[in-house]
Amino acid sequence: MGGYYVVLALRSSARSKALTALVILLLAFGVSACMVSYAVFRATTSDPLPAKSSHLYVPLIDNVGPSYDEHGEPHWSLSYMDAMALWRARKASRLTLLYAATWQVESDNPLIPAMSLGGDAVTADFFSMFNVPFRFGGGWTTDDEAQHATVAVISRHLNETLFGGQNSVGQKIRLDGQLFRVAGVLEDWNPRPRFFDAGSHGTVYNFDDAGDIYIPFTRATDMKKNSLVVFCPTASWQSDKSHWDAYLHSECDRIDAWVELATPADADRYREYLRNYAAEQQHLGRFSWAPSIRLRNLTDWMTYQGVTPPASTLSMLVSASFLLIILVNVVGLMLARFMRRATEIGIRRALGASRLAIYGQFLTEAATMGFVGGLLGVALTLLGVWGAGGLFEPNIARLVHADTSLIALTLLLAMAATVVSALYPTWRAAQTQPAWQIKIN
Amino acid sequence: MALTRIFMQLRPIVGALGRHKVATLLIVMQVALTLAVASNALFIVATRVVHLSRPTGTDEAHIFVIHNGWKMGQSSAQIDADIRADLDTLRHVAGVRDAFSSQGFPLEGYNVNIIARLKLEPDQKTRAQLATFFASDEHTIDTLGISLVAGRNFRPDEITAISPDDKMSPPGIIVTRSLADKLFPDGSALGKTIYLPDGPAAIIGILASLQGPLKHSSPLDGYTLLVPTHYLDPAGAVYLVRTDSITTKPVIAATLKALRERSGLRIIDPKEGVFTMAQERERAYADDRSVAVLMSILSGLLLLATAGGIVGLSSFWVSQRRRQIGIRRSLGATTGDILGYFHTENFLIVSGGIVLGALLAFLANLGLMHVYELPRMPLYVPLLGALVLWLLGQLAVWGPAQYASKVPPVVAIRTE
Repeated sequence: MGGYYVVLALRSSARSKALTALVILLLAFGVSACMVSYAVFRATTSDPLPAKSSHLYVPLIDNVGPSYDEHGEPHWSLSYMDAMALWRARKASRLTLLYAATWQVESDNPLIPAMSLGGDAVTADFFSMFNVPFRFGGGWTTDDEAQHATVAVISRHLNETLFGGQNSVGQKIRLDGQLFRVAGVLEDWNPRPRFFDAGSHGTVYNFDDAGDIYIPFTRATDMKKNSLVVFCPTASWQSDKSHWDAYLHSECDRIDAWVELATPADADRYREYLRNYAAEQQHLGRFSWAPSIRLRNLTDWMTYQGVTPPASTLSMLVSASFLLIILVNVVGLMLARFMRRATEIGIRRALGASRLAIYGQFLTEAATMGFVGGLLGVALTLLGVWGAGGLFEPNIARLVHADTSLIALTLLLAMAATVVSALYPTWRAAQTQPAWQIKIN
Repeated sequence: MALTRIFMQLRPIVGALGRHKVATLLIVMQVALTLAVASNALFIVATRVVHLSRPTGTDEAHIFVIHNGWKMGQSSAQIDADIRADLDTLRHVAGVRDAFSSQGFPLEGYNVNIIARLKLEPDQKTRAQLATFFASDEHTIDTLGISLVAGRNFRPDEITAISPDDKMSPPGIIVTRSLADKLFPDGSALGKTIYLPDGPAAIIGILASLQGPLKHSSPLDGYTLLVPTHYLDPAGAVYLVRTDSITTKPVIAATLKALRERSGLRIIDPKEGVFTMAQERERAYADDRSVAVLMSILSGLLLLATAGGIVGLSSFWVSQRRRQIGIRRSLGATTGDILGYFHTENFLIVSGGIVLGALLAFLANLGLMHVYELPRMPLYVPLLGALVLWLLGQLAVWGPAQYASKVPPVVAIRTE
């Protein structure tokens, strides 16, 4: 029966070519606009670490007080003092402290000019906590960390530049003039967004590539390496770094911290610990305000930061309205299309077709048109995704890609949308009184 | 005459619409939604376009920016000497008109070293006036292509050198006119002393206009000052260079070569090291441009879709009413009457949609104001949208109306 209805649909489409073409064109445009926006939206909101996002938490402690807070929220990073307090307390199964910085990289090869490259100062658990893949070697141990070792992990890209892609574990590189031993080389690792050091790297650069250099947190602190982004609650908002030790013990926020907690109960316990810690600081006179702490998991953290660029959400919103308007349009056109065939319906009904059969026929017709519209929509979507480079910022556009799920979704959306918008016209068509239609007027 | 004829048709038109409630309602809804979405989208486009065409006040077409990093371990004195020698080298490259070194540049965006707090009294308790500054020297005004409206330029002997952690207390500063008027509303700024956090400074000159390094509109817009100093950031310095040559590319290559030959104690990234102001503008406003382009495309498609829908439904109505049209024609209605009928009908339906749509547009604007910090939409935006939709409706119905007006009167007596 279905096949017969499809043939009927095609035949009736051939009779009203202009109307059919209009419906299909409208559908294709509406659906593809939605899907291109969705492809961008999906790229900017995807979970960078699906396996662990619910176990990784960002602890925040308000150390600047209400007069410097934004909307009563603690700042996005921790002060060195608070970060070290969390480190010493060891209340979570794993804890990583890190901050983004840049280093000058020199190689003994005179052909390679000195470079200024970004990366992070991280504690030993960083690599295992964020499932960072290694190509050669590995990270460093907590003992290395405690000894402020001069070891480094470099990106695959930097390894290509400096060592031609060879296994460089054990080789030396010079960072800011100090010799470091290469402990490991990463595989291509580029989580999007760059979630792990948002506080010290700057949230406006969420879609930047990950850095090329990772060295122990303790060693970087010895090198007096500052974070890229620092928040200082002083009158000038600027930090005085001339006295490094005093700077470390100032209330400047510049460290990103992550804790791994297996269960929500663990998270509650950790929250309790943070609250007690802040209360203790208040008791000691360091904070003159009630404890204000936050513990968000990775997903909530990304939502809180508003990682998704406004261009992406806005275009999602507008293209969804676009599709809605198109659907209203299609309802009208379908109504016209079906009502024009009142005589045909009347004859079918008179010959014994049930209302259900009429429903079947016209919804199949709608689905057929939806399918054709969807095919055209897929083509337009692919065109749109290909052209995303001209529409979105370059660092976002390159994340956008089409895959089978996007194509399947496009077809599905087109068919579902047409069937939904054909519901009312079909109902009207099924109401046709056979007697009225076959009477000769 | 024609108007009264159209007016007389109003009653039958409204009556006929009552018989097509659903179809009419569909067009009304469509017009309403289109107006609501398109006027908001185009309003966003307008705000973004205003934003991305925000002038810096400089001769952007001829300026390029060199991001010059320093190798580690140089003392402040060495960096100061390097900057002076570099500037001397730069100013002697063929095609270079002038150059200076700073800690920031127009359209850069936020950077931790660009905000200055200005007070009128050394112990002022009220909130200090915020402004952005450029570390400058006597060549800054010529390099940026800006003009002094009062006072004088810096003298070479006034140029100091400070490190990021040093106190900033220049003897004299140059401010923009908007900042001068903000500080001294009576227009007496020239020669007055204001207080930077680390000491007093006299206003020795006033600039016509200049934007600070911030790229986004902010309360600090136009509040810019020039501080006569070389900024000795151990990380690096920014060189702004103005060329008098028509093509910038060879000049950039020549300056880089000259810098490389002068000293190897620098790092200039091969890809990210030099940008013309035009490129900086493109980088700075990439997000605004993308929103503007996207919204324009979507609004255009939206209007096309609505027009398509009106054409489709109107043709259907015409084909449904062939008989009635024939009867009217044989009873003496002219083709003009038939045309008028369909155009008036369309006008009425679109008007209904516009009333509903204007309401929706303002509601949507209120919602967007919460989420995206948009300003309130001025009344003329939906009015303009309404005008466009009226026009669009009339254009869309033109074809079907023409078709209807050509229905011969004989249809009335022909059985189909």
